[in-house]
Amino acid sequence: MITASEYTFKILRYDVKEPETEPFFESYRIKVLPGLTVLAVLLRIRDEIDGTLSFRSSCRSAVCGSCAMVINGKIDLACRTQVVTFGSNTIILEPLPNFEIIKDLVVDMTPFWNMYEKVKPYLMRTSTDPDKEIEQSEEDRSRIDQVVNCILCACCYGACPVLSRDPEYAGPAALAKLERFVLDSRDERPASALDAVNNDRGVWGCDTILRCIDACPKDVRPTDSIVSLRKKLVKHKLFGKGIK
Amino acid sequence: MMLYHDVLIVGGGLAGLRAAVGLCDKYDVGLLSKVYPIRSHSIAAQGGINAALANNPNAKDDTWEKHAFDTVKGSDYLADQDAAELMCQEAIKIVYEMEHWGCPFSRFPDGSIAQRPFGGAGYPRTCYSTDLTGHVLLNTLYERAVFKGVKVYPEWFVIALVNDGGQCHGVIAFDLKNGEIIPIRAKAILFATGGYGRVYFYSTNALINTGSGIGIAYKAGVPIKDMEFVQFHPTALIGTNILMTEACRGEGGYLTNKDGERFMKRYVPNAMELAPRDIVSRSIQTEIDEGRGLEHPLGKYINLDLRHLGAEKILAKLPGIRNICLDFIGIDPILEPIPIMPCQHYSMGGIDTNERCETDIKGFYGAGECACVSVHGANRLGGNSLLETIVFGKLASFAIDEYLQNGEIKLDERLLMSRKEEMEKKIHRLIHEGNEKPYTILSDLSKTMSSLVGIFRKKEELGQAVKNIGEVKERYKHVHVSSPKLHMNHELLNAIELEYMLEVAHTIALGAYLREESRGAHFRRDFNTRNDTDWLKHTIAKIGTDGEPVISSKKVVITKYQPMERKY
Repeated sequence: MITASEYTFKILRYDVKEPETEPFFESYRIKVLPGLTVLAVLLRIRDEIDGTLSFRSSCRSAVCGSCAMVINGKIDLACRTQVVTFGSNTIILEPLPNFEIIKDLVVDMTPFWNMYEKVKPYLMRTSTDPDKEIEQSEEDRSRIDQVVNCILCACCYGACPVLSRDPEYAGPAALAKLERFVLDSRDERPASALDAVNNDRGVWGCDTILRCIDACPKDVRPTDSIVSLRKKLVKHKLFGKGIK
Repeated sequence: MMLYHDVLIVGGGLAGLRAAVGLCDKYDVGLLSKVYPIRSHSIAAQGGINAALANNPNAKDDTWEKHAFDTVKGSDYLADQDAAELMCQEAIKIVYEMEHWGCPFSRFPDGSIAQRPFGGAGYPRTCYSTDLTGHVLLNTLYERAVFKGVKVYPEWFVIALVNDGGQCHGVIAFDLKNGEIIPIRAKAILFATGGYGRVYFYSTNALINTGSGIGIAYKAGVPIKDMEFVQFHPTALIGTNILMTEACRGEGGYLTNKDGERFMKRYVPNAMELAPRDIVSRSIQTEIDEGRGLEHPLGKYINLDLRHLGAEKILAKLPGIRNICLDFIGIDPILEPIPIMPCQHYSMGGIDTNERCETDIKGFYGAGECACVSVHGANRLGGNSLLETIVFGKLASFAIDEYLQNGEIKLDERLLMSRKEEMEKKIHRLIHEGNEKPYTILSDLSKTMSSLVGIFRKKEELGQAVKNIGEVKERYKHVHVSSPKLHMNHELLNAIELEYMLEVAHTIALGAYLREESRGAHFRRDFNTRNDTDWLKHTIAKIGTDGEPVISSKKVVITKYQPMERKY
């Protein structure tokens, strides 16, 4: 017989349109069956207890990246976090750091997408495309596998200590995305395409203390990407080697 | 405030993005997405995309015609064959195009795009990228949209389509971030709003898949087609109902019952686990119904066993599946079988369009899962949905281009303003009147759909479903939203969409009630064979003047594949 235990969810409430009301924690007591995820509980709270609560969700299966937030101090996707994994009956939910809050757990993602666009996140080619596929070995493809896993949930962005002091820093996700294309055997971007991030607000801004790796729910390693881009830029500068 | 775009695309998944990319060089295009486009449900597709590339050493003689035949046969002969042929012809170009735009497909040793077998197909022609094919395709198209500078309105949703019965003039949109209701004029509008999985209680679909696009079009007088054809995927994880891709079986996974028996040998000895989805779903449900399933606190189930594939193959070909199992049910499929059940997965029906994505209303188009072209007929083959989204997204862009080149299109601003006022009144009513929670109504609706309009259907149950839906529609009149704030009010969004979900569910249940035969995914226990004499036709539902659906029919287009009994 599986029984439900009572949990207290303390959720940060705030509304950018009512700045005079300071952010505060609202408590919800709810019975939770083992196996339920934080997102499932959030949905129940909104559906059954408090329809005014705001949070984002879409796939509920850890592939879309909508529901990134801080759960008992740890950044993760609410949909893949089981409530019972915490050794406490109190769960504290806060919005992602390094973003402006719009309402409750919903943050303004605009700066994140601006940085994403800034790195030119698309395949660049100068050669004419063949009539069929551009050949690529499975080995070459598998080189980008890990970076391709990125779901742009911004967990890494929220965890990044550099962004907390410099909002102009490109951030881990955007730089990992850049490396995804630099590593792609089909991409032909010139070294100059990296100029926009060859500075303290790009690849040289990273503290390399790996918080992004720790926060990533999809095992992407943005710091590794950043270090790899740095190496390529140094080789390019010292030995005139291409970035590819 | 009123916005304007030459073309307005509603939906930021694969179909919407492909259409936008095709039109934005030439026209002022706006793309509205209820979520950030990269959060669209296309991201969750795992298995692959079909195209007769003939890359597999065992499939060198594959052709688009064979792909078209498999599609038509899989559809139980309800697909329009001209559309199916068009899709399969375009498939080859589309897959190469996506590859040229950066899609990281898995590869064969010779560097060509890898292809694997999928259910209902005569050849291994499903192109894939491990088990994250939707993820890589959506990222690639979004990257292309960024490259092209497509104007995106993230977290905006459409609440009404504005037309005068003959021509479309725009939409009434809602900006979720600012909480504003904004009319948008547009000469051409494409709905690419996806499926309606959430009208079912057990569904593999994302939470955003409410089918509201179909409901909005229907309420605006656009005919919708073949709504009774609902695909149930054989293998969804018990509990959360997250999809376990068909690639699990394509790569060699077994289905076993409580006695460890590979029971598919009783139903389809030749194709076994690679029979089409409708057949596998019914086989699994029968095993469960006849007491050969297993028990779990989350429900009765059947095992999807991958263990014999070995750790290496699972990690290389199905890494996403392994992660989902670990995260969501605490099972490692390398060591244990996966507990699965069939549940709602895909909507074959939708907005009635022709193969040019045109509807009855000039300037209004549909593509992707919200539309019914129809290429899937009564049952969609795995690997054909990603294909449909991109092919028809592209073809919609061609049709819209032609439409915009042909003469002056006058847009009626007053019509938009009066619709805006209606919507404002409706939202005011939702906030200030009533006492029913939107979720309670949705829950009752979705339970009705899963229990009475499911894998096995019969007259009394379907009649009861139609009656239940009538009752929840009445209750909807008293729905109430807790917060008067309009911005980031997800409950309000749910309440607005719920009205459209009720209409969608109504047409599904009524279509199923009226269709007295079994074809593809529509299986009637009381009429358990296909009846081409009376039912080789599409069901068309149009809203009547009294608000009730009016059902008529439409001929199925047959080119060269004569209907025959479907055997595997």
